[in-house]
This record gives sequence, structure tokens and C-alpha cells, in this order.
Amino acid sequence: MYEGVVQDLIDELGLLPGIGPKSAQRIAFHILAADPADVRRLAHVLIEVKDKVRFCRICFNVAQEETCRVCADPRRDQALICVVEEPKDVVAIERTREFRGRYHVLGGAINPIGGVGPDNLRIRELVARLADGTVTELILATDPNTEGEVTASYLARQIGPMGLRITRLASGLPMGGDLEWADEVTLGRAFSGRRVVEA
Amino acid sequence: MGDVPVYRDEGVVLRTTPLGEADRIVTILTRRTGRVRAVAKGVRRTTSRFGSRLEPATYVDLQLYEGRSLDTVTQAEILHPYGAQIAGDYGRHTASAVMLEAAERFTVEEREPSLKMFLLLVGGLRTLVAREHAPRLVLDAFLLRSLTVAGYGMSLDECARCGEPGTYPNLSVPAGGVVCPECRPPGAASVSAPALRLLIALLSGDWADADASPSPARREASGLVAAYLQWHIERGLRALPHLERT
Ligand SMILES: [Zn+2]
Ligand SMILES: [Zn+2]
Repeated sequence: MYEGVVQDLIDELGLLPGIGPKSAQRIAFHILAADPADVRRLAHVLIEVKDKVRFCRICFNVAQEETCRVCADPRRDQALICVVEEPKDVVAIERTREFRGRYHVLGGAINPIGGVGPDNLRIRELVARLADGTVTELILATDPNTEGEVTASYLARQIGPMGLRITRLASGLPMGGDLEWADEVTLGRAFSGRRVVEA
Repeated sequence: MGDVPVYRDEGVVLRTTPLGEADRIVTILTRRTGRVRAVAKGVRRTTSRFGSRLEPATYVDLQLYEGRSLDTVTQAEILHPYGAQIAGDYGRHTASAVMLEAAERFTVEEREPSLKMFLLLVGGLRTLVAREHAPRLVLDAFLLRSLTVAGYGMSLDECARCGEPGTYPNLSVPAGGVVCPECRPPGAASVSAPALRLLIALLSGDWADADASPSPARREASGLVAAYLQWHIERGLRALPHLERT
């Protein structure tokens, strides 16, 4: 244990995701040794991000205005919604330049042991967005792991009766890998998501 | 030269938590070593050679490198992908989540072998995946039996206080099961005959009887199992409130 404010800093840093006690200590001492101007800039940007950035009232992506840049763009296809877990997934998909619709950010994935059920995600808000019939296709782009699969199938079951087209991002073999290293679950998903090769 | 600290075991992945940029800490209930926590390096990258092998509720054959506080997974092969087989079935998924959490909480000490709990968990997941019985029945059977393994068995056919044989219409959670009229403490819950019969069927593995039980008995039995579990597990189970209502 360190004295007063140093320990406070270590404790605060230790609350951040992926930061264990050892890393918290290392970052704290890095900050102590750093140039005061650098630390002030970090402190400033931490406060600024909480003051200025909010969540888009339509899709819950991070936004500087009432709505995010994607939702505010009239060229984006209103009939398509891509459902993702976190704002960082929007960034990843935007980088591909493949998708011209809008997003819906759930704010996580179903994880009962982690205490996250459907009511803790923005599922009700998604259902409300689908009510007026503008949206005709929903693309489920939750993570290709158990939590993401559970969330996608829960959404498909809830939204299925509304009659729109529901698709799931193909998940399967990673590019750059060898087939022989694929496990049977991944390989099985790759089979069920196979597509026709154009001749 | 000392022993090479590499060991092989098989186990069920109970839980994973992110570590740093691309790693995870994987909590596994193993057959021989008990509950262990191990680092799976790079597992969150889409190109990870672990693929889906270390997802929750996957039964895997493992090779681990023993460390001071955490082990490291060096190899994993799937024996049964239970979790993946029910990821599309919300009712079964949430039931499996409660099983995994209970198995972790009932194995209090790390590295203390608990073959019975391991076998119960594998059996419970296998039954859940087989889709032959309602998920809540499978879960309640698992919970009743794991409570017994943990030393908190529910007394159902004799008075929990005096041991007088009989099926009584009152059940006291603190006393540890049904109670006879003489021993009945104030505040003991009443339990209907069909619910008591279902609890006995679940504990003894009489599936024909359990499958034939009426829904009110199932709801009552589930409520009693949940109350009993919350009494014996400090802070309760986080996954329990997320179970699908039947
Ligand atoms: Zn938006
Ligand atoms: Zn008695």
C-alpha cells in the first residue's frame, strides 16, 4: 500500500478494464514521473470526453451532436440496420466501407454470469426503431463468440415475427489461417455459412 | 533439473474474462486438478489458434503450463462443444450459465480436486444439450445434486431436524429440508405434495416422474431450489435472475 493520493490513483486505474493491480501500479508511477504538461493534457481530455461526447439518440453510437455522423448522413440507407455490441465495432465495420446502412449499438452482449440479461441491453430501443416498417433488413454483427451468438439468436427470436429479413455476419475460418488448425465449432459455422463461388 | 511444470487434464470452461489487449483468463473445472485459472494468450484475436476451443461450457482436453499465480494454456482440443450446441437456445443457454456459475462457487478452493462436481457438471451439460427434458428441470436436478456434493444436501424423505422418515408438507430452508410437525420451526414454508415428489424425482434421477410433473409443481420446486441455493451460497448467483420464466 502506498500513501494517500498515490494509492487512490492506483485504485482508480485498477478499475479500468483489462488493468490488473500490477499494471495499475506501473501506470501510476509512469504518471508520477511524467511531464506535468502531459498529465494535464490527459486529465483535460478525460474531462472533455465526458462533457462533449454523448450517445446518438438514434443508434447509441458515440456522438458529438444529438445524432452520430452515420445517422446524420442522408446518403446512408435507412432500410438497413447493422446491430453491433459496442461503438468500437462501428469503427471496425466503417473501415471496411462495405456497409451503407445505419447501426444500432446494443451496449454489450447477453452474459448471465456477468449479470447482463436482455433488459440490460438496448433491445427495446431497437424494436422501437423497427416499428414504422422503414427498416427491411437487420444484420446481426455481434461478436463471433458464445455471448455474441446467444445475443444474435435471442434477437432473431424476438424480432423474427416482425417479418423483416434478418441476417448474421458470416463467421467461420479466419483469413491467414490453415484449415487443419480450425476447431470443429468454427469449421461447422464456416460450413453453415458457405456461399457460391462465382465461376 | 526440476520437474517440467507442464500438465495435461481435461475440463469444462466455466468463465472467461478479458486480460490486456488480446488475452483471456479462463476458469476451468478440471477432472483431476480441480478448478484452475489459466491465461489463454491471443485468444481474442480472430486468427487465434485456440479458435472457439476455450469458450464457456466447452469440454476440452488441455495442456497447461503451471505458473505461480496463473497457469497458461498451451494446447486445447474440443471433446464436446456443449456451449456452442445451445448458444441458439436462450432457455438452455441461461440454464447452462447458472450451472457454470454454481460449479465455480461450489469449488471454493482452487486446485482442490473435485471429481464429483466435475462429473455432475459434464452430466448436467450433456443432459441439457440432449434436449430430452425441460431445461429448468435439468438445471434444478443439477443444483440439488451439487448442493449434496457440497455438503448441503436437501433432506426430502425424512425430517431435517430429528430424522423421522416421512414426506412432510413443510420445508425449512435453514433447517435443511422437510420438517415434521414436532420440529417445524416458525416460518417454515409449506410445500405441496406434487412439488415434493418432483424434488425427490430430480434428486434421484427419476426422469419419467419429473417429466410428467405439472407446471405449478415445477414453479414451486424451482422456487424452493433457488431459495435453498441463495441461503447456502453467499451473495447468490448472478445468472439466476436471468433464467427464462417458464
Ligand atoms: Zn447514430
Ligand atoms: Zn422432526
